[in-house]
Amino acid sequence: MFFPISHAHVSPIYLVIVGFVIGVLGGFFGVGGSFIAGPALRAVGIDWNFAVGTDLAHIVGKSVVAAKRHRALGNVDLRLGLIMALGTIAGAEGGAQLIQMLKRAGNVNFVVSIVSIVIYVGISGFMIWESSKTMAQLKGRKKTTARDSKSDQSAFEHVTKAIQRWRVPPLISLPQSGVTISLWIILLVAFVGGLFSGFLGGGAGYIRMPSMVYVLGIPTHLAVGTDLFEIIISASYGTFSHAIKGNVDILIALVMNTGAAVGAQLGAISTQYFTGPKIRLAFVPLPLIGAAIVIYTMFSGHKL
Amino acid sequence: MSPRSKTAVRRTLRAFALEIVIYAALVTGYFFAVLHFLGGWLVGLETGHIRVYAAVSILLIIGQAAVLEAITTGLMRLLRGGRSE
Repeated sequence: MFFPISHAHVSPIYLVIVGFVIGVLGGFFGVGGSFIAGPALRAVGIDWNFAVGTDLAHIVGKSVVAAKRHRALGNVDLRLGLIMALGTIAGAEGGAQLIQMLKRAGNVNFVVSIVSIVIYVGISGFMIWESSKTMAQLKGRKKTTARDSKSDQSAFEHVTKAIQRWRVPPLISLPQSGVTISLWIILLVAFVGGLFSGFLGGGAGYIRMPSMVYVLGIPTHLAVGTDLFEIIISASYGTFSHAIKGNVDILIALVMNTGAAVGAQLGAISTQYFTGPKIRLAFVPLPLIGAAIVIYTMFSGHKL
Repeated sequence: MSPRSKTAVRRTLRAFALEIVIYAALVTGYFFAVLHFLGGWLVGLETGHIRVYAAVSILLIIGQAAVLEAITTGLMRLLRGGRSE
């Protein structure tokens, strides 16, 4: 099928399948999935600028579906999501500026590649350690029932509690997440997520979702749902910004979104059957895939 | 996973398989409608009014997502006898 905006010939079935896969991942883990969508669009000959912009537009649609489903399951903290969106947008702008500085210095590709590999591998390594330790601790205790599967436990809880004791006003009460925390800590977490989003590309959900769990102390199910809600706002901003630069083929995004609508629901509903530590352990391969893509790009010289 | 959870998962997956078949038929019709009615107009907007195109793109993707979510939830409810999750 010919898509006249990007002048690309792509099978709609391929786009629906890619959308479905990303939808499942997004609904289950609360990530945008740009590390799969970007290369998948590039693989069928869509120009890199269109791949990035169109992917962002598709992420908006997929996140609406998944966030609505998570909201129905009680997994979205609207107040937290709105505050985080502000920090993310500011951070994304900061990340883009950082890229410009590195471009001028002439070593942008090397620095971004090394930083991203360290970050991705670090997150995966930490999450393997933490979720395995938490699951080992929970093994001896009574079986988790469906009702308390959302009340999260973490082997890193003592550090999270120490961060929450840093009570610099104004303090924000988040009754849905069961946390009262300084506004500055929320903004800092969101800003760092946004910074990586602007610096490394994509939505950086694989940094923000774990940060919400380990730094802010948000239960995993709520972190997934709230991250998706926050992505709607930040990805809409990114979509608008890319669209006015002529980087968005909305027809491709609309086709992808038909697959994502089913996948996102499947992913979101599936979270009900898993406890927080299990979701976090299953999350581990995602940053590693991101790292593998960067390593491939470094050694082959081809940008996926 | 307890036997009750396993039954629930199996029921959800069966409902999903049926949902996908119905959904695929709806989506095929939708492709042609969108590309036929909106394709030319969107290309015109993209070349002549890029800011309007940017705003329309966001509205379209959010609108489509909301409609698709309602359809899939409705189908799930229908196929699973009143429950959508």
